[in-house]
Amino acid sequence: MFIGTLFRRYPLEIILVILFVGLCFAAPGFFTVNNQLNVLRNITMQGIIAFGMTMVIVSGEIDLSVGSGVAFAGCLTAWITEFLGNLIGLPAAIAIACMVAIAVLFCLGYTTGKIRQVFNVPTFITTLAMLTVLFGAANLITGGFPITSFPYWYNFLGSGTLAGIPFPVFIFAAVFGLVYFLMNYTKFGRALYAVGGNLEAARLSGINVWRVKCLALGLTGVFTAISGILISSLILSGSASAARGWELDIISAVIIGGTSLFGGKGRIWGTLIGVLFLGIIVNGMTLLNVSEYWQYVVRGGLILGAVLLNQLIERLHED
Amino acid sequence: MAVPASTAARQPTIMATAIKVDRLRKVYGPTVALDGASHTFEAGQVHALVGKNGSGKSTMVKILNGAVQPTAGEIALFGAPVSFASPADAMAAGVVTVYQELSLVPYMSVLENVLLGRMPSRRMFGVERIDWAEARQRVEALLDEIGLDLDIDRPVSRYSVGQQQMIEIAKAYSLHPRLLLLDEPTSALAAKEVEMLFALIRRLKERGVTIIYISHRLAELFEIADTAVVLRDGQLVGSLDMKTATNQALIDLMFGDEAHAAIDRETTTSRGAPVLEVKGLTREGAFEDIDFTLHRGEVLGIAGMLGAGRTELMRAIFGADPLDRGEIILDGQPIDKPNPHLMTKLGLGYTPENRKEEGLIQFHPIRANLCMAALDRIAHGYWIHRRREAPHVNRQVDDLSIKIGHAEHAVSSLSGGNQQKVVIGNWLNIEPKVMFYDEPSRGVDVNAKRQIFQIIRDKARQGVAALFVSTELEELLDVCDRILVMRDGHLTGELDPLTATIQDLYGASMGTA
Repeated sequence: MFIGTLFRRYPLEIILVILFVGLCFAAPGFFTVNNQLNVLRNITMQGIIAFGMTMVIVSGEIDLSVGSGVAFAGCLTAWITEFLGNLIGLPAAIAIACMVAIAVLFCLGYTTGKIRQVFNVPTFITTLAMLTVLFGAANLITGGFPITSFPYWYNFLGSGTLAGIPFPVFIFAAVFGLVYFLMNYTKFGRALYAVGGNLEAARLSGINVWRVKCLALGLTGVFTAISGILISSLILSGSASAARGWELDIISAVIIGGTSLFGGKGRIWGTLIGVLFLGIIVNGMTLLNVSEYWQYVVRGGLILGAVLLNQLIERLHED
Repeated sequence: MAVPASTAARQPTIMATAIKVDRLRKVYGPTVALDGASHTFEAGQVHALVGKNGSGKSTMVKILNGAVQPTAGEIALFGAPVSFASPADAMAAGVVTVYQELSLVPYMSVLENVLLGRMPSRRMFGVERIDWAEARQRVEALLDEIGLDLDIDRPVSRYSVGQQQMIEIAKAYSLHPRLLLLDEPTSALAAKEVEMLFALIRRLKERGVTIIYISHRLAELFEIADTAVVLRDGQLVGSLDMKTATNQALIDLMFGDEAHAAIDRETTTSRGAPVLEVKGLTREGAFEDIDFTLHRGEVLGIAGMLGAGRTELMRAIFGADPLDRGEIILDGQPIDKPNPHLMTKLGLGYTPENRKEEGLIQFHPIRANLCMAALDRIAHGYWIHRRREAPHVNRQVDDLSIKIGHAEHAVSSLSGGNQQKVVIGNWLNIEPKVMFYDEPSRGVDVNAKRQIFQIIRDKARQGVAALFVSTELEELLDVCDRILVMRDGHLTGELDPLTATIQDLYGASMGTA
């Protein structure tokens, strides 16, 4: 009985632990410090964006443009660094480049929300268009070849370690903490759930519904830019082909974490579990020499399975 | 079950019996909706079916068109006994209903709408395909016959509501009805459109269609109906020949000699200072030139029938819908462009008429639903303090005696009355200066209704000014200090609930007084 209740309340957590323990025994080299740190580093880049995406989906919108957004942000950073590096020195140039990338992606996200408000174009459409536009823009900036304007020390952001832990993990943790507090302890967070739960009821309760949606989309833009900067640091260049297809991995992690695509329902903790889940599965399968094609099949099945499980548990709760 | 309707419809059968109902009874659980109604409706006439809310009108209509089955009693259609198992059954027998909610597909053409699901087809090269030429010819002939001049290729969404209503009637007529039921066809129409609609109804009558016409607007019955059949408390209390009937006779029949039983409440004290003033408020197509002043501690009712513009007026003041012209002064401060966010900040609350769709987030906890409007109050700057939230939730649960299991349960688990209290509590948490209550008693049981009215009175005593709208006009007499009458988007009068009778109120709202 106790186990039943526990499973009902923490289904994903329990499955994650079982999976983890199973892989420790089954996959050679899984339970080593190096591999665990590797898993962590791999999930951070997508995870940072997944936290933003959770806010967007809870507010009843979606952002399909994040994959191209990452590439675009990285290329923009590299390009501005190249451009300004000789004029004001590399450290200052990189600082400015990062800030510009973050600002630009914030504005793009915010504008997406405004377009939804003013012209009533669903964000599904706007961000689908942006996915293509930003991919093109990234290629325009780079001319098709990676821009290698960064100095060697810039590599620290993406692949350096601090007290033995990869540096991006700290950013990942900071973003998680920020979004956790935003969603649970602020007016903005409450409004996010209300707006996604019932737009009209929220509007008639005096909530500034469009500001909330625009901010969620803008913040996701910021996280996308941060992720893009980390990637550009990791590969020490601005590459237009980075992060292709990420949007689906990220949305998958959010959905696996129990967030409803209809809006109004979801937890940031769930997204963290979803991100870990995907990261561990991919790592485990690679260590077990599962072919890449099978990996796709398993990941797809995982998304469907997680959603069905959530529905099932919801039904059990109702009874 | 019935002879092909098409031929019968074209031959005016003067003074024959169209439909005869005999001791019709309908019971819903403990409620008797219709209690042995008998009447003979003559063919080829327009019969108005009247009665106040809850008199059994809609039950009667639903039985006639097969939507519900009577508990007891018999129906005979043109002399033959019938029992309809479904609306399709009734339709096959020549009984067609046009409801007040339009059932047209907005982006389809007039042609496609009229023949929806019944497009003529023919085989070509062994494939069944739509015969557009035949369809055009059929619809054109139909519109010609009933004298409607419409472009059959135009999407119906580009026609006015009135014209759409007529397209709906044309569609009904294309089914060759012998009996046509029109449910509140004019409630959303402007005066000119009503005239056009009546012309259409008269043409249908000339073609031998018997019509049963349900309307809240008594004045127009004298124009269009031949007889009025009056229902009261589930009983058919009489019928009047409209040529000789008077307003008074009709209203007397509708209400009998029922006296209005007022609830206990304090007699009106002196009027407080004005908190909300509106001048010349206009929203094209909804209401025009509205002036009124709402005072501190006052409950001001707006009486009117469906479609009079009451909800539209409240929504526009609250800023939920745009305004075309006019001034709003809230608490001495002129409001340039109201929006819900601004008005909430200034202390105006609005409980919408559809609490499920507009008032609550059904799957969110009761706690969150009680603190939606008051986010500013439970937050310190940007941060929300759970410690501050709990008292807001508890206060409303206690004050309004909301029956809940746990504040974390979804609000959908509550009864209608308790859900309505949550909607009200959500607003009381902002400590409003002014409250707009839109149909607060809809879908709420009698006991909860009393409690909700008590809440409205109690808050008024504490100084909250209220605007109160209800389709159940009796409630206005119970709750309000003053009643304004709204008709066709205009304020047409004011009544004192202490001296006015329910008959006065209905008369004024329906435009006969």
